[in-house]
Amino acid sequence: MKNFRLTAGLVPTLLPLLAQAGYDVNIPAPKSTISFQIFDLHMEILYVCLAIFVVVFGVMFYSLFAHRKSKGAVAAHFHENTTVEVVWTIVPFLILAAMAMPATRTVLAMKDPSNADMTIKVTAFQWKWQYDYLNDGVKFYATLSTPRAEIGSPEAPGKPVSEHYLLETDNNVVVPVGKKVRLLITANDVIHGWYVPQLGVNQYGIPGFIKESWFQATEPGVFRGQCSQICGKEHGYMPIVVEAKSAEDYAAWVKEQKARQAAAEGAQKLSLADAPAR
Amino acid sequence: MEATQGHAHDDHHDHAPQGFGHYFTTTNHKDIGSLYLWFSMIMFFVGGFMALVIRAELFQPGIQIVNPDVFNQLTTIHALVMIFGAVMPGFVGFANWQIPLMVGASDMAFARMNNWSFWLMPPAAILLVGSFLVPGGAAGSGWTLYPPLSVQGGMSVDMTILAVHIMGASSIMGSINIITTILNMRAPGMTLMRMPMFVWTWLITAYLLIAVMPVLAGAVTMLLTDRHFGTHFFNAAGGGDPTMFMHIFWFFGHPEVYIMILPAFGIISHIIPTFARKPLFGYASMVYATASIALLSFIVWGHHMFTVGMPAAGNLFFMYATMLIAVPTGVKVFNWIATMWKGSMTFETPMLFAVGFVSLFTIGGFSGLVCAITPVDITIHNTYYVVAHFHYVLFSGAIYSIMGGAYFWLPKWTGHMYDEKLGKVHFWLTTIFFNLTFFPQHFLGLAGMPRRIPDYAPQFTEFNQISSIGAFGLGISQLLFLYVVIKCIRGGVKAPAKPWEGAEGLEWTVPSPAPYHTFETPPSFH
Amino acid sequence: MNSAHDVYYVPAPSKWPVVGSTALFLLALGVINLLHVGRTQGLMLLIAGFAVLTYMLFGWFGTVISESEGGKYNAQVDASFRWAMGWFIFSEVMFFAAFFGALFYARQLSVPLLGDIDNTLLWPGFKPNWPSEGPYLTTPFHPMAAWGIPAINTLLLLSSGVTVTWAHWALKKNNRSQLIMGLAATIALGLLFLVLQISEYGEAAFSLSTGVYGATFFMLTGFHGFHVTLGTLMLIVILGRSAKGHFTPEHHFAFEAVSWYWHFVDVVWLGLFIFVYWL
Ligand code: HEA
Ligand code: HEA
Ligand code: CUA
Ligand SMILES: [Cu+2]
Repeated sequence: MKNFRLTAGLVPTLLPLLAQAGYDVNIPAPKSTISFQIFDLHMEILYVCLAIFVVVFGVMFYSLFAHRKSKGAVAAHFHENTTVEVVWTIVPFLILAAMAMPATRTVLAMKDPSNADMTIKVTAFQWKWQYDYLNDGVKFYATLSTPRAEIGSPEAPGKPVSEHYLLETDNNVVVPVGKKVRLLITANDVIHGWYVPQLGVNQYGIPGFIKESWFQATEPGVFRGQCSQICGKEHGYMPIVVEAKSAEDYAAWVKEQKARQAAAEGAQKLSLADAPAR
Repeated sequence: MEATQGHAHDDHHDHAPQGFGHYFTTTNHKDIGSLYLWFSMIMFFVGGFMALVIRAELFQPGIQIVNPDVFNQLTTIHALVMIFGAVMPGFVGFANWQIPLMVGASDMAFARMNNWSFWLMPPAAILLVGSFLVPGGAAGSGWTLYPPLSVQGGMSVDMTILAVHIMGASSIMGSINIITTILNMRAPGMTLMRMPMFVWTWLITAYLLIAVMPVLAGAVTMLLTDRHFGTHFFNAAGGGDPTMFMHIFWFFGHPEVYIMILPAFGIISHIIPTFARKPLFGYASMVYATASIALLSFIVWGHHMFTVGMPAAGNLFFMYATMLIAVPTGVKVFNWIATMWKGSMTFETPMLFAVGFVSLFTIGGFSGLVCAITPVDITIHNTYYVVAHFHYVLFSGAIYSIMGGAYFWLPKWTGHMYDEKLGKVHFWLTTIFFNLTFFPQHFLGLAGMPRRIPDYAPQFTEFNQISSIGAFGLGISQLLFLYVVIKCIRGGVKAPAKPWEGAEGLEWTVPSPAPYHTFETPPSFH
Repeated sequence: MNSAHDVYYVPAPSKWPVVGSTALFLLALGVINLLHVGRTQGLMLLIAGFAVLTYMLFGWFGTVISESEGGKYNAQVDASFRWAMGWFIFSEVMFFAAFFGALFYARQLSVPLLGDIDNTLLWPGFKPNWPSEGPYLTTPFHPMAAWGIPAINTLLLLSSGVTVTWAHWALKKNNRSQLIMGLAATIALGLLFLVLQISEYGEAAFSLSTGVYGATFFMLTGFHGFHVTLGTLMLIVILGRSAKGHFTPEHHFAFEAVSWYWHFVDVVWLGLFIFVYWL
């Protein structure tokens, strides 16, 4: 039983240490209202499972150690015991019920996109994203900006050097911090997944259907994610980068985008007007 | 338990036929069992080979070995080969060898159809693996074959669909055979509640198969007509919905994963009592737990779809139902441990695999439970966390039980003891490398590395390298298994009828190797 | 092999399984060639596959029939056949369940979802009524009415259930002429059903590609029609065997298996009539 207590004591003390170790061994730092809840839920469940594991396998390893033939153990002959069987059916059930309660609260919150401050329509393509800010009239595509040469191919193997290799786009999604951003997610060709772990969003875009999700970033920063559903050969190459900015910076960004868009549209009109002349 | 054998009077046809030719026409459950087991072994190596290519590509970021589309094809066919080629036929092989021996039947109920069930597998495997050779390469949509991606694919997708049809037909015939054998051919005195656990688990598995394989056949048939005949089942433009495919697929898919674990539970429930020299604890609750897992498995499929945008009520229902499965599964784990408790244990190779199974499968079960919590699944869905989860339940679950079971019954099948020392080495190498391969994938998944990608961001490099090194070690260790099996078939210490001191059951009452025909008149079972 | 009555009959080695696998393999290759390589190769492979399949079916069932008539099957074997047929029919039920599931899903979920408020962004103006061809295809069509041919077909199939039961009673009473009459009537009703079904298809003002309505309609009724065809063929075999004097009042599982199958086809039709045509 000494071993048992030792492990039981060690594991919880070691775990936070592990979490701070050089590698990321846990969910990346939460940065939205929902992802905080997700993080806490994960930690709770992890600890409960670890505790159960330690208790249950403590018993098993004790038995493996003490009840072996080479130590002269003689087999007992019991093969049922209604009391323990009932206990080990009911206790796990209660533990699960306790886990389910906070999870239910988060599900209900997650699934409630009402009272959003703004709405962005996200359309997935093979292999890029289109963002359409329904309230602010900004609209653009976002594609991977890592140079192809870095990725390489079997004939000319790649050598990643960019700091944000595979996790960078030409046009980032900019949102205001602290505002509830509603997403209307769909796809144009096959199923994709809009996945940004730190914002607690992972939602398939299903061609022909609009699915809702939302997030509310809690602090400014750049949050990276990737397409989460296999969508063909470039599935690994359609990242998502969200920049959360202060309200003023966001307003400035919108203005800048609109100016750019107007310029681009003007140019397009010009070239259209030119077309017959050529 | 005690049995008399009734085959003495017709020894004249107890010569096993010679040469490979007879395997094409055989109606003998032992021949067919061996065919299934060898098929499973070959497919395990073929699927494993693909996994090794996957792991080699993932050794470092950037593309070095295979193009992204080939990578997706490898992922897809790796999974289909492992599931339909290695694990399921492996368990059917055990069923064929053991069920007639365990219930005291002369053979399977439909010996000829039994042979057909097996011989449908090679054509299906050729269609599946051969699809790499056709223009455009194999199906690359993941084993889940979600449309519209799978509608985009070329001729290999149709080959995969037809392979699934053929394997489905094989599974349905096989399950009907197993159910009939169990219900109708037990030795007098063997009531249902006195059947060996392996027989029980297969009975329930066979019901799952009959219930869900036809549903999969329906799903891929709709895929086929959407691809070629203008239907709009999975196309919003015509009023259909890609999500509908997911629902139908996972209505099959979730029971399917229990199809791959219930027989494993059965095998483990034989090994542990044998080497603990103590009867299985809680036999009746084991039976009820198995049945509950099977029933619950029909109402949890939505946990694969938490991110498709179901209403909150749907998410909650599937979350609660999924969590419930932990209760009967826990009962099984506790029963195994209570069987070991106060036993008189020895640790031959089968027992090592069984103990490995109980501990590592439980880790996989816990990670499953983490996935079942809807909000948490949002962050880990389709990441390597899920990959880690299912390799823990599939490799250290299903494959461990197949290997442990093989060591356990090899003396009965071949008449020789296997090389115990090599067996133990195989176990330890497998366990070390298995954990090296798949444990780090939990961290990768939590940190947000998606699955089914050929290339990844550099912060994931270290754990991927560990995982790849582990995978190669794991692969090479399996060659040792092949060697031990072949060595055991070709010779070794003669095995007695009952090579394990604590073994119980009819199969141990016949000589080793089991004669070509056994129990032609039913044994009496007290 | 020992054919004593207390011993379960285990058949001798047989080539039929491998022949059957070859047939299915050829059929699969045929389909793939037809779809991707070329008509001729595809058709040739399909014909070869069907030929081998027919050869296998005749050979295998022929063997089973002669074993049965040769008295090799004791009561226990008979019970095995019963279990097997029962669970086979259950697997067929699950196959249809997939398509019924698709129908219910389309009616209750996908079509209403396509017409809901969020989806007006994608499909403005789409009215989610059933029957629906979806928001994109806009060829107007008339759904199949329930109270014409389908209602007659329902009556036909229901009465064929009665006639097959009549034949069964006759067999149990060893009244051979009534047995044959009952079977012949069942077959005739089945054929009539098929003829009407085909003429209904001919009149249909929509096709397999008319959205999800056309898809579920033709897949459900099509697979059902295919099962009626199989059932009718099976009945014809049973009629032939009855004419040859096979079956005894006590021992006639083949007859019962086919009648079970026929009742199953009947019940599926009721489901179709209610959910595809009527409601
Ligand atoms: C043999 C196969 C097998 C088995 C047995 C399981 C078992 C379980 N699985 Fe797993 N699963 C797969 C194979 C399997 N799974 C596969 C292949 C996939 C991926 C498919 C794909 O997308 O490609 C998958 C994916 C998958 C997902 C979807 C993840 C995602 O895509 O986001 C989920 C989510 O709920 C899940 C949950 C579970 C649960 C709750 C169990 C439970 O049955 C586990 C129960 C066991 C225990 C919990 C441990 C023992 C219990 C105790 C010791 C009692 C005490 C415990 C408590 C009170 C907590 N699985
Ligand atoms: C029972 C099922 C089973 C088994 C046993 C395995 C075994 C293994 N699996 Fe697999 N795997 C799945 C089922 C299984 N897997 C499924 C369902 C998926 C999901 C697919 C999808 O996303 O659609 C998957 C996906 C999957 C991925 C994710 C791919 C991706 O998302 O892109 C990875 C990556 O590491 C992986 C690795 C491995 C490894 C290293 C093994 C090892 O255990 C293998 C051990 C190796 C061997 C046994 C090989 C021995 C061979 C040699 C030594 C070489 C000699 C060669 C010849 C003679 C030909 N698997
Ligand atoms: Cu887009 Cu994966
Ligand atoms: Cu599941």
